[in-house]
Amino acid sequence: MSKSSLKQTLKDLDTKKISIRELNQDYLKRIKENENLNVFIHFSEDNVLKQIDNLENDNSAKKLKGIPIAIKDLFCTKSMPTTAASKILENFNPTYESFVTQKLLDEGSIFVGKTNLDEFAMGSATNTSFFGNTINPLSKENEPLAPGGSSGGSAAAVAADLCLGATGTDTGGSIRQPASFCGVVGIKPTYGLCSRWGIAAFASSLDQAGIFSHNVEDASILLQSIAGFDQRDSTSAKVDIPNYFENLDDDLNGKTVGIPKEYSIDGTPMEISQIWEDAIKVLEKKGVKIKNISLPHTKYALPTYYIIAPAEASSNLARYDGVKYGFRSDEINSLDEMYENTRAQGFGREVKRRILIGTYVLSAGYYDAYYLKAQKVRKLIADDFNKAFKECDFIVTPTAPSAAFPLNEKQNDPIKMYLNDVFTVPASLAGLPGISIPFGKDKNNLPLGIQILGKHFDEQQVFNAAVSLERSYE
Amino acid sequence: MKIDKNTINKIARLSRIKLDDKESEDYIKDLNSILDWVEQLNEVNTENVEPLSNISSSILPKREDVSNDTNSSDEILENAPDKLEGFFAVPKVVE
Repeated sequence: MSKSSLKQTLKDLDTKKISIRELNQDYLKRIKENENLNVFIHFSEDNVLKQIDNLENDNSAKKLKGIPIAIKDLFCTKSMPTTAASKILENFNPTYESFVTQKLLDEGSIFVGKTNLDEFAMGSATNTSFFGNTINPLSKENEPLAPGGSSGGSAAAVAADLCLGATGTDTGGSIRQPASFCGVVGIKPTYGLCSRWGIAAFASSLDQAGIFSHNVEDASILLQSIAGFDQRDSTSAKVDIPNYFENLDDDLNGKTVGIPKEYSIDGTPMEISQIWEDAIKVLEKKGVKIKNISLPHTKYALPTYYIIAPAEASSNLARYDGVKYGFRSDEINSLDEMYENTRAQGFGREVKRRILIGTYVLSAGYYDAYYLKAQKVRKLIADDFNKAFKECDFIVTPTAPSAAFPLNEKQNDPIKMYLNDVFTVPASLAGLPGISIPFGKDKNNLPLGIQILGKHFDEQQVFNAAVSLERSYE
Repeated sequence: MKIDKNTINKIARLSRIKLDDKESEDYIKDLNSILDWVEQLNEVNTENVEPLSNISSSILPKREDVSNDTNSSDEILENAPDKLEGFFAVPKVVE
């Protein structure tokens, strides 16, 4: 495991122990040595060198000046193409910068490249990308493992130390699950904390930007940099963003942790139940009160998600029609034929599957039975959490029901793949902040993750619990 | 079976996605198994439950209604698969 640290690097840059150029050349070298992992959809050494030149001529003080950051290729960037890992956005050059990436640029960070993902963030293994699989850097030779998904490229970029932090998006677990698979830290903040402006939309009531990093301190620094109100996203929240890093406090004495009984599910490997118990024991030793809680509608979260997310996707992805940008089919004898062939040839199998499901559950005669029903169950799931948080300060669960699995496993059974998100989806439906931190290994020495959930906009409590667990584990 | 050949054709048409016969068959199978699986929601009593469409817990702020002209049509058209005299071009619609 790498011991890189953004916090330490900022100090080293500050004391001139290392220059911005030296730092980034070190990263460029590693990126080139690890091309076989297929972490990046877009990488250009010249582009990185140009950014270094610009920063060297810039005398202003900036919080992340010279820090190499990888960007999930779902964020629109003016300096690099944006594909959402889809053929339909091949050769798309955004005319604007996403809110989150603009914030990172304003802080002086260097974008090393655009990372691979599941097509339009739909998947849990980064294996639906038009640009091929990403390989988990923790794979043993001859046995390539999936990095998780959808933000698998970003998680792998941090795990292989190809950057000091990366952006991701999380709709049902797309940051937390790959973080767990790759042994890195991944945080999805509260819905509304970071503007969605400039992120290719998947399911708008669930999509949220977040951060991958080498440790919890770094995550707290980076999340603060990308959070904030933005009037161009109507669901962006007008809340004060605390200095998460300055306020980090690993003293949890007197706090209460909720342990939801519904997260003990049949078929979960022993090792995962074990690390969960270990985490609870560590917290107990720190003076945290253990409270058994119930989230009774947990088992309905996945089917609810797999109605709501495809429904919203079918609407959001209607814009890809071959008219304004991206791919257009050659077989275009009429306007309708142009749409139908463009979308047939431009979208991959999982994306089409979700558009079709979404169109069905929204169609006349089925809307109430599926979509409305799912929105009502979603309310019950959110209420479960609201009740639980009256009795506890944060909730601790495993992040994923398994360690990283071999590439291409579960490919042919969509439902089996969807079950990867069993522990992450409920908090997504409720819009809650959640972090995954590495905590223990399985029998093959692969990392396992612990998930910490907090109340709306209580990222500070999530970071505090995470840093406390992390420090006791190291 | 909820989805048959007719239904998949109808959905594909609504989605503007052309499917060949093999794909139709695959999606009939996939969609039926997914729809069977989500049926379990019917076990949940949702009488008098308000549907949740927006999770945002803060009040959505209003903004001033001012126009903002970025005038970037040339830049935007750079991405168009086909364009003509400052417009997006598509196959002929009216004979």
